[in-house]
Amino acid sequence: MQPILSVRGVSKTYASGHRALKTVDLEIAKGEIFALLGPNGAGKTTLISIICGIVTPSSGTITVDGHDAIAEPRAARMKIGLVPQELSVDMFETVLATTRYSRRLFGRAGHDAYIDEVLRDLSLWDKRNSKIMELSGGMKRRVLIAKALAHEPDILFLDEPTAGVDVSLRRDMWKLVKRLREKGTTIILTTHYIEEAEEMADRVGVINKGELLLVEDKAALMKKLGKREMDIALVEPMATIPAELDEWHLTLTDEGERLRYTFDAQAERTGIPSLLRKLGELGIAFKDLDTSKSSLEDIFVDLVERRDEEQAA
Amino acid sequence: MKGFNHHGVWAIYRFEMARALRTIWQSLVTPVVTTALYFVVFGGAIGSRMQALDGVSYGSFIVPGLILMGTLQLSISNASLGIYFPKFTGTIYELLSAPVSAMEIVVGFVGAAATKSVVLGLITLITAMIFVDVPIAHPLVMLAMLVLTSIAFCLAGFIIGIWAKGFEQLSFIPSLIITPLTFLGGAFYTINMLPEPWRTVSLFNPIVYLISGFRWSFFGKGDVSIEVSLIALAVFLAVCLGVVGWIFRTGWRLKN
Ligand SMILES: Nc1ncnc2c1ncn2[C@@H]1O[C@H](COP(=O)(O)OP(=O)(O)OP(=O)(O)O)[C@@H](O)[C@H]1O
Ligand SMILES: [Mg+2]
Repeated sequence: MQPILSVRGVSKTYASGHRALKTVDLEIAKGEIFALLGPNGAGKTTLISIICGIVTPSSGTITVDGHDAIAEPRAARMKIGLVPQELSVDMFETVLATTRYSRRLFGRAGHDAYIDEVLRDLSLWDKRNSKIMELSGGMKRRVLIAKALAHEPDILFLDEPTAGVDVSLRRDMWKLVKRLREKGTTIILTTHYIEEAEEMADRVGVINKGELLLVEDKAALMKKLGKREMDIALVEPMATIPAELDEWHLTLTDEGERLRYTFDAQAERTGIPSLLRKLGELGIAFKDLDTSKSSLEDIFVDLVERRDEEQAA
Repeated sequence: MKGFNHHGVWAIYRFEMARALRTIWQSLVTPVVTTALYFVVFGGAIGSRMQALDGVSYGSFIVPGLILMGTLQLSISNASLGIYFPKFTGTIYELLSAPVSAMEIVVGFVGAAATKSVVLGLITLITAMIFVDVPIAHPLVMLAMLVLTSIAFCLAGFIIGIWAKGFEQLSFIPSLIITPLTFLGGAFYTINMLPEPWRTVSLFNPIVYLISGFRWSFFGKGDVSIEVSLIALAVFLAVCLGVVGWIFRTGWRLKN
């Protein structure tokens, strides 16, 4: 099937000389939800801005539903809606006026019934005649979404839709994304959180330092990313790890005060009970146990290493 | 871009007009009060002691200059703020990502700003008519010049708004360049009254030609011939259009 969006060889070096994107290739299928996962400064906003025509790429081409974004910008752009990361919205306008404005700006005739529906869907109906400056931050974010949806785009970009948003709005956001997907809208969102990618996306792309490290189905990726660590605080510091514990591949940290065990949380057998039993048998006393997810940063390092190994092999 | 996004242009135009309507009373009262003040001072107090210029009483003589002065100032300040503000607040992202061409954005923004300037010019004219006799020899030329001058200076304002990196730069050009040039451009006198070399120096001031042409449309007489005025106006318009075109082609100060 022809992808609805394809990004080929796109790179970006800002005027400051900063190389924000190395060469990125990406294809998005119609109707899917794609999450772009990466830490601060990874280049997520840069990539989205390039696709939406806000930032000029240093190289590469973008095709939106068969239309080249540079040769046929009008056709390409009419299909795209963007919810930016920053809360940039005209404070003096009312919710209704600014949403109608967005629809017309994107070349569509007014359609009040549709706009009303969007505002109701986003629980903005009661606030439709309020000035935007009177709204809370979460409400402003909803207004930005309403504006992006006003022209009935086929592709919706959500740049960190849940940043600075409370739990209930986050749930609403996830529901909205699912509803839009049912209508056939393709959604591309960015996030810092693995859980969010897991909750919402069909496919996930991991980006770090301007490099798209991998793109995979969510299920496959979660297996790779679902690593956890258990720290065992010892009563007596240890100089070397006894050979009996070799099968758990432990590491010593904190100058021998702690043992670290890394395991796959999704595996059938985590190996924790047997490890704890073994420690008991060996008479190694511990005072505390602490499990944590590996941080995003650890995961990136891990992914890069793994990829480099694969390339070397 | 192919075709014409008339919905988009109309949306921008209406948005910009709505911005003015929010402060409609300031927009209307300010020019009326300013004009009235000028007539009290220049028309009444000083004008009564001045001899007629080019056969026109001094009070009437200053009307075209007064109209243009207000129009130029409003054109520059309004059009520059219109595009600077979205840049400042970040809402420009929507314009940059929308299927509107550079030309359409300019038509929307500059069209709205020029509309306001023309309305201001007409309000000033009507206010002036309360105080003095204002014969209008060539009403159509007068209107055409008012419209074209407004468009030209709104384009200039639009360029300033894109160029500006801060609010102080926005007021810098109008107060340090446009206002002095208008004063020295013969708004309140004819440059023929000036001794040399100031008369010749004045001819390098582009606003001289605008005021002269505008005054010609009222009294049938100007400092330079009407043809020269019209050519000057056309050149100024062309230069502004060229610069705007270049800005959008290169994305200068708009896109990273
Ligand atoms: N206009 C700019 N000029 C120079 N450098 C920029 C510009 N915009 C972004 N950058 C740099 O490019 C890199 C990528 O930025 P980008 O905003 O795309 O990251 P991001 O993945 O969206 O991060 P975040 O999660 O914090 O939003 C960063 O190092 C940033 O400092
Ligand atoms: Mg970002």
